[in-house]
Amino acid sequence: MSSSIRRVGIGIVVLLGLLATQLGYIQLVRSDDLNADPANIRLVLRDFARSRGPIVTSDGTVIAKSKRSNDDYGYQRIYPDGPLYAHITGYQSLRYGLAGIEREYDDTLLGKRFEIGFNDIDAILSDEQSEGTVVLTVDSGAQQAAADALAGNRGSVVVLDVKTGGIVAMYSNPTYDPNLIATHDPAASEAFYNSYRDDAANPMRSRAYRERFPAGSTFKVITTAIALGLGVATPATTYPNLLELELPLTDHKISNFNDAKCGGTLAVSFRDSCNTTFAQIGLDLREAFARGVEDFGINASPPTIDLPEPMVQSLGPIRGSYKTDAPSFAQAAIGQGPVSVTPLQMALVALGVANGGRIWVPHLGHELQDNNGNVVERIAPKLYKTAMSGAAASALRTMMTEVVRSGTGTRAAIPGVQVAGKTGTAQQPGGAPHAWFIGFAPSETPRYAIAVLVERGGDLGDDGTGGKVAAPIAASVFTELFSRSRP
Amino acid sequence: MTTALHSPYRQLAIGRRRAEIVLGLHVLAIVASGYVVLGLAKGPTLPPDLAFIAGAIAAMYVAVHVAIRRFAPAADPTLVPLIAFLNGLGFIAITRIDLARDTNFARIQATWILLGVAVFIGVLVVVREIALLERFRYTFGLAGVGFLLLPLAPSPIGRTINGARIWAALGPVRFQPGEVAKVLLVVFFASYLVDKRELLARGTKRIGRLHLPDPKHLGPLFLVWGVSILVMVAEKDLGSSLLLFSLFTTMLYMATNRSLYLLGGFGMFAIGATVAFNMFTHVQTRVDTWIDPWADAQGKGYQIIQSWYAFAAGGIGGTGLGLGSPDKVPYAETDFIFSSIGEELGLLGSLAVIATLLLIVGSGFRIAVDSQRSFNQLFSAGLTTIIGVQSFIIIGGVLRVIPLTGITLPFVSYGGSSLISNFAIIALLVRASDEAAHRRVAS
Repeated sequence: MSSSIRRVGIGIVVLLGLLATQLGYIQLVRSDDLNADPANIRLVLRDFARSRGPIVTSDGTVIAKSKRSNDDYGYQRIYPDGPLYAHITGYQSLRYGLAGIEREYDDTLLGKRFEIGFNDIDAILSDEQSEGTVVLTVDSGAQQAAADALAGNRGSVVVLDVKTGGIVAMYSNPTYDPNLIATHDPAASEAFYNSYRDDAANPMRSRAYRERFPAGSTFKVITTAIALGLGVATPATTYPNLLELELPLTDHKISNFNDAKCGGTLAVSFRDSCNTTFAQIGLDLREAFARGVEDFGINASPPTIDLPEPMVQSLGPIRGSYKTDAPSFAQAAIGQGPVSVTPLQMALVALGVANGGRIWVPHLGHELQDNNGNVVERIAPKLYKTAMSGAAASALRTMMTEVVRSGTGTRAAIPGVQVAGKTGTAQQPGGAPHAWFIGFAPSETPRYAIAVLVERGGDLGDDGTGGKVAAPIAASVFTELFSRSRP
Repeated sequence: MTTALHSPYRQLAIGRRRAEIVLGLHVLAIVASGYVVLGLAKGPTLPPDLAFIAGAIAAMYVAVHVAIRRFAPAADPTLVPLIAFLNGLGFIAITRIDLARDTNFARIQATWILLGVAVFIGVLVVVREIALLERFRYTFGLAGVGFLLLPLAPSPIGRTINGARIWAALGPVRFQPGEVAKVLLVVFFASYLVDKRELLARGTKRIGRLHLPDPKHLGPLFLVWGVSILVMVAEKDLGSSLLLFSLFTTMLYMATNRSLYLLGGFGMFAIGATVAFNMFTHVQTRVDTWIDPWADAQGKGYQIIQSWYAFAAGGIGGTGLGLGSPDKVPYAETDFIFSSIGEELGLLGSLAVIATLLLIVGSGFRIAVDSQRSFNQLFSAGLTTIIGVQSFIIIGGVLRVIPLTGITLPFVSYGGSSLISNFAIIALLVRASDEAAHRRVAS
């Protein structure tokens, strides 16, 4: 009987060995893909069971924080000024996961990225949380001023720190309330998400870097920089006073704003935004124009910003198409035709002029702190492109200053600080033109670069121009930024 | 002349009890650490009364040790530390789920452990010799079948809980008679088969090249097979019927050493299972969700998929006690307790449980082989088979190695009936191993 007992014993050992094999398969081989299975809410639940650190602006305003919730999950994320920062913070949702800064800096907010040192044993044994804080470059005053100045009109305001590329304000209308997506009530969360998703205005999509618009005359900054850089023109080069410019190969003509005669030196043409002058420059530059725009990020891969959704590429004159489509180069030179850009891209152009030609990679993160407030990482400025020479930048700075002093952009001026800029009024089929303003201040020692877009002329509609609608918004935001002394 | 104090048996006994203490201290250290870690994961202080309960459980095992010293001094020294380890791990896992769900299973489980320990000591005191059991074989056999059928009794006694009619109520106490029945039936089977094994093994009838035994000797076996199928059909308790069936078949094989019985037994099971599959939707559902749980991930396949997620979340080292979400798996304190351990203690923890089961099974079969009397051999092997096969059925179920059938994981799952009958099984193995030691040193 002993031998058969042994055999049964071996049989049971084999069966248990089978279990050990299956354990190895599930816990080793399949572990990663089961953990990443979208249907597996286990990891999401774990994250919801832990407090997340706050997201704060550079001036210390908390724009996202965790609160204990009286439900199965543990913590509810709260966005005290939800719609104002929605396109920046994103949300933490049971149903829709993470978005925005919440996703980009998830590890920091959860405290995952910090090495646990020997001295931290007290922290581990006590009830203390290890979550980190994300400090943004965003200034709450500028962000609020941008939203107030847009006054509900569709459009976008982007302000950049000229010295670092830090995003000081980035606000778009329409926006959404992340609190409604973050709610732990699954039915409510789904209902709000669906209503935002089905809204034709697409409020969950940041216009600042996810939507393109024709640039209009703000693109003349780029056209001018390329012409100056290549020596095709100097500020003193004189262009004829024209009503309209005939385009080669077609019977299309380019006319000036209000069908006026316009021309003179490059500097005067720039101040008065003469379409005929810049269309001519676009034709003169030929293929060099298409190559030149890439130095600004147009038709190039956009910079990698610290948000999960990438910045969309801005478009300009197409390389190699001058021979077959010269008129598109004339159109592109005044920001029409093939030109289609994001407001953030245009803010980068303004920053390039303000910063002697060098464009930074824009970023929202300023520094990452552990739960004791120690800085774990500070986000350093990173060069994106060198768009133009210092001399060209300097010449453009003078011309842009003149635009605000006595040209199309006088409404961007504020007391005490000289503003420089360029207006734009961009035609797009389907409605009134888009109003633009890009610029920087102070003009001599620039600190902030700005891009303002108001879709379809805002309240003024067909009467809305960049100078009338967008420039005053820039003035409001600059007024706020320079109203108090800042570090 | 050797005095009793210096007899080889006495020497063996002293050595084995010392080993038991040393192993027991290891188990105590592991379980106590686990308990402290669990407490700290949830807050800086431990729940004071639960710490008291944990201490009381440790004290109970001291009582078990003392009882063995007194009543079975030369018994195998590994069994009690091994079950204490499983029991302690299970208690931690149940406490863990209590913390997440605000339930009170751990306290009730502590009471069951107390009763289990009482039954353990009681069995050691009453069953002074395994041979005693043989005398009452038909009583045990009848009682076993009676217990098995008890849940089918009319309502005040038989109860249906969670779709399975495996409960009986005697006054205020609810229990699963099937758990008692399995031990009683092992007694009956072991003694019956030891009696008839010559007849069954040799075969008196000849068909072609096969020697088959007289049907009258097989009668009682077929009777119990029938009951086993009846259990499956009427009580919707697939796990228990699979366990009983495997038990009978392997015991028949062990008694006769004829693989024909093994093949025939499983052949009959295959036929029975096929019939059941085609006749009963609940059997079909179990098989369908085993083959493809993802076909109905939010419904029938939910449990098993959540179980896999739990194991995957654990990975190699586990999430750490108190840091996973084992409460997201349905029935985490009973059928799916192994998933909780796999999640929070990882592959290392789940393999530790498998290794412990291997050691228990190994000790059990070793006792069987070491025994002199045939009845002791078959009886010990049968009891060990229960522990091994029952563990395989439930762990295999939650890992999707076989279709899931609800049954407890010995010593780990929450549940009184199972705990008490498993304590009785270990007590009987301890008794058998002491007898084996007696005879070994005497010969």
